[in-house]
Amino acid sequence: MPAAGVVLIVAVVLIVLALVYFLLSTIASLMRITTGLDDAIAAVTEIVEKSAPVEAVVKDINNNLDAGVDLLEGLLVKKAGLVDSMGLVDGLYPGAAAAGLRNFPDSASIRPPRIGEVYTKGTLTLARLGREAPIAAASPNGPVLRNIEGGSLDARLIYPENRQSHPEKLPRSPVIGTDSPVQYEPAQKEAE
Amino acid sequence: MTLWWIGDVLLIAVVLPVVVYLLKGVLDASRGIEPSVTRIADAARAGSRDLDAVPLLLTTQQHVKTTVEVVAGYGGSLDVIVDDAE
Repeated sequence: MPAAGVVLIVAVVLIVLALVYFLLSTIASLMRITTGLDDAIAAVTEIVEKSAPVEAVVKDINNNLDAGVDLLEGLLVKKAGLVDSMGLVDGLYPGAAAAGLRNFPDSASIRPPRIGEVYTKGTLTLARLGREAPIAAASPNGPVLRNIEGGSLDARLIYPENRQSHPEKLPRSPVIGTDSPVQYEPAQKEAE
Repeated sequence: MTLWWIGDVLLIAVVLPVVVYLLKGVLDASRGIEPSVTRIADAARAGSRDLDAVPLLLTTQQHVKTTVEVVAGYGGSLDVIVDDAE
């Protein structure tokens, strides 16, 4: 065989060896990629299955919270009035009145009164319910004028004078009933 | 014979390097994908683990419902005992 033929065979063998090496390496690499993609697909499938009920549950939670917000906003405005409500909101959460109440679009344009300084009907209502409520304690315009320690007096002023002077003993409520020690005549006789 | 030698030279000097170059490019590209696929699989597994807490949403849902019911009851009572603004 001529030398040129031997060189040709060697060259062909080299080319074939290169083809075998690179193609086998590529096949191995593609198999690893396939395995990785299988893992990824399995995990993504889990994500899809686990997140499927989320939308319905979150919608239900949001609906319930919406109902709660509607109820609380409606009650606040009904009991304190829209203007005082905004004052209360701004007093408790400074700056929050600018956003307004969700169900009362006009509330955003209301200038909230300083509930901490000026006692309004809404504040008195709140004070009557929770006497030491620190209304406007976090006001950005400085400390509130309300005396928080003696704040219960403001609520107490709502009641008659004899309750404010701390009498040692108030007359007891009358005992009523058929066997009570003092029998009271009926104010009106029953119609016969 | 001269043409045969020329063919050999072309085979070794041109064809073999071109074949090696092209196959190496394919292999490098394939190996470059592997880390990305691994990262995607890791991220997907981590995301799936994060969603293990999703069943707790059912507890949250029940708590929210109960809380709103209590608030509604409390609000109804307040509506009765507290005077309206107007």
